[in-house]
Amino acid sequence: MPMKIRINDHQLIQWIQGLITKFQVFYPLQDANSGVVHIQKATGSLNSDAILKPVSGVPKTSIKTFFMPQPEVIARFSIAAQDAEAFVLKEPGTALQTQVLLNIRPCDARSVALNSMPYAEDPYFQKMLKRTVIIGRPCDETCSTCFCELVGGSPHGTEGMDLVILKTEDGLALEVLTQKGADFLKQNPCAESAGLQPTPQQQGGQELPIVAREMQKKDLLALYNASFWPQIAEACINCGACTFLCPTCYCFDIQDEVAGTKGVRLRYWDSCMFPLFTLHASGHNPRGQKVQRVRNRFMHKFKYFPDRFGPVSCVGCGRCVKDCPVNIDIREVISLMQAV
Amino acid sequence: MTVKHAELTQEIQRQAKELLASGEVAAFLGFSAGSLPMTTRPFVARTPQEAERLVWNSFCTVNLANYLPALLKSLEPPRSPKDPPPTGPLPKVGVLATGCWSRNIVVQIQENQVDRSRLVILGVPSRGMVDRKKVLAALQGKEVLEAQEDDHSLRLKGKWGETELSRWAVVRDNCQSCRHPNPVLFDRLLDAASERQAQAPFSQIEAIEAMSSDERWQWFQQAFASCIRCYACRNACPLCYCSTCFVDDNRPQWVGKALNAPDVLTFHILRAFHCAGRCTDCGACESVCPMGIKVRLLTQKLSKDILTLFGAEAGMDVSVPPPFTTYAPSDQNPFECDTCSSKGKKE
Repeated sequence: MPMKIRINDHQLIQWIQGLITKFQVFYPLQDANSGVVHIQKATGSLNSDAILKPVSGVPKTSIKTFFMPQPEVIARFSIAAQDAEAFVLKEPGTALQTQVLLNIRPCDARSVALNSMPYAEDPYFQKMLKRTVIIGRPCDETCSTCFCELVGGSPHGTEGMDLVILKTEDGLALEVLTQKGADFLKQNPCAESAGLQPTPQQQGGQELPIVAREMQKKDLLALYNASFWPQIAEACINCGACTFLCPTCYCFDIQDEVAGTKGVRLRYWDSCMFPLFTLHASGHNPRGQKVQRVRNRFMHKFKYFPDRFGPVSCVGCGRCVKDCPVNIDIREVISLMQAV
Repeated sequence: MTVKHAELTQEIQRQAKELLASGEVAAFLGFSAGSLPMTTRPFVARTPQEAERLVWNSFCTVNLANYLPALLKSLEPPRSPKDPPPTGPLPKVGVLATGCWSRNIVVQIQENQVDRSRLVILGVPSRGMVDRKKVLAALQGKEVLEAQEDDHSLRLKGKWGETELSRWAVVRDNCQSCRHPNPVLFDRLLDAASERQAQAPFSQIEAIEAMSSDERWQWFQQAFASCIRCYACRNACPLCYCSTCFVDDNRPQWVGKALNAPDVLTFHILRAFHCAGRCTDCGACESVCPMGIKVRLLTQKLSKDILTLFGAEAGMDVSVPPPFTTYAPSDQNPFECDTCSSKGKKE
């Protein structure tokens, strides 16, 4: 059974155009005025050039918003006194249709695989995962802020993707990577895609990158008490630019919002940089100071996560490096942690 | 590096070293080089050797006054809330200040956030700081791998080749509309005063004011639509020092915490109003915004109103109380609503 087929430009565009009529399709587009790349919803006026030759540069925001909507309604309730079911939480009843993420970079796709580890049993994330088809695209061009290989990824990696569009010597190829991808293609055929089977997955998982194995071996308290944290934190303004742009920062908080007699339970992004993060009901916060918050961000990604799940919780997309208002460079922090 | 900025870097290093070596200051707050082209990093030198890392260039966009209260406090002897305040002289901090940052220090002094006697202010007349986002836009998103500045141009290199941009063309909006590039409060001035003064400081605001109220509402919604609520604008602002910001409160909760438009807009409009009469248009909020939102247009509108209604500009003189901390019967008080034309109660 073949795992990939050749397709030409025309077939690809035609296929995408067909998908738009059935699903919500999103793909990276460059804003002409600012030069910034954003993942945008495809409309009837498809930018064929941006589909055939993906725009270079990492999109400003990651694809985590498609898996962890900001905010996500996770339940509804009523507070009307006469309502027999007042204060009973009910399913939100939101219809979840298939969404297609097109031309996704390997780093962003890999972030979904990494986030799936802590969220393996999270019903909301899993629901989103199920409804989303990721059509990836290898990176022809990396940025100076990219470091995917250091953290176990690759500009040509396919982890997290369902389908991938590859460049061949004489055109394009479409490769099926997962059963979800195969099923999707069966229902939405592209060119001669009938009968395509997913590429067999590697047995036993991938080998961990050096940085993850190194961090696993390090003494947790030696890293925690390292002398460099105050210096790293000194310039930090404790904003959430890094965590909110980060594809692998997945912390959330939950709040109820009530209007009139109707309420919704919302799940929304939290950030370890924020004062409410881990604030106890008693008023105590174990991370009450800036240095503790900054340390938590890096310790979580490079120590707690690998200790628990294996890989580091970073895909090396470089968004935090690019957009940190005070130029805290995560690559320097990794080096410092490695040297402990 | 530009000749002027190279000279200033040397002078800053020399003076910071001298201040640290003599023990006059315990720490010196400035900038060190960033890890990417066109970036700098706020940096505290504590030894004369560390002062050699200080730099000055067109990319010093973060407002250093923002760091002063915490830095000063960190140099005080540790004490519990019940202990009496320390007596006797406390360690001093040396700090760089352009026109707007020095005005922020004035506001901080007026609002009892910093103690003037603990500061050694090195004034630097500003030539205007460059907006990285304008550079990115001018290059249509192409990545810059190397940036060199001359006095009036930026030479940029990347995989795509190289190009030269006029420096002034990519200077931040707030610097282009600046009327006070020279420090108003300093102990030493590191350079001759600048003579630049914007002729139409409020032209961006006037363009928005000329819109109908419907158009303005559209503009407001559009302009802040991409906000991710990271609060970089708030946290980079030396005026935002409340120990608990209204958006972080959750008992009671004044505003929703996610990206629902009414909550996002409420945050921005309230934050701007909290800065009325205090904002020096340093542009830090706009520079740090990862989404490229023109955040300062809100505060700049309020600065214009404060100037028109009260003839006041924030932080120009320590001895002049800020307009919103005083009351005079002659204060402007029209309360006219431009949508319904109703006027407030007259005395």
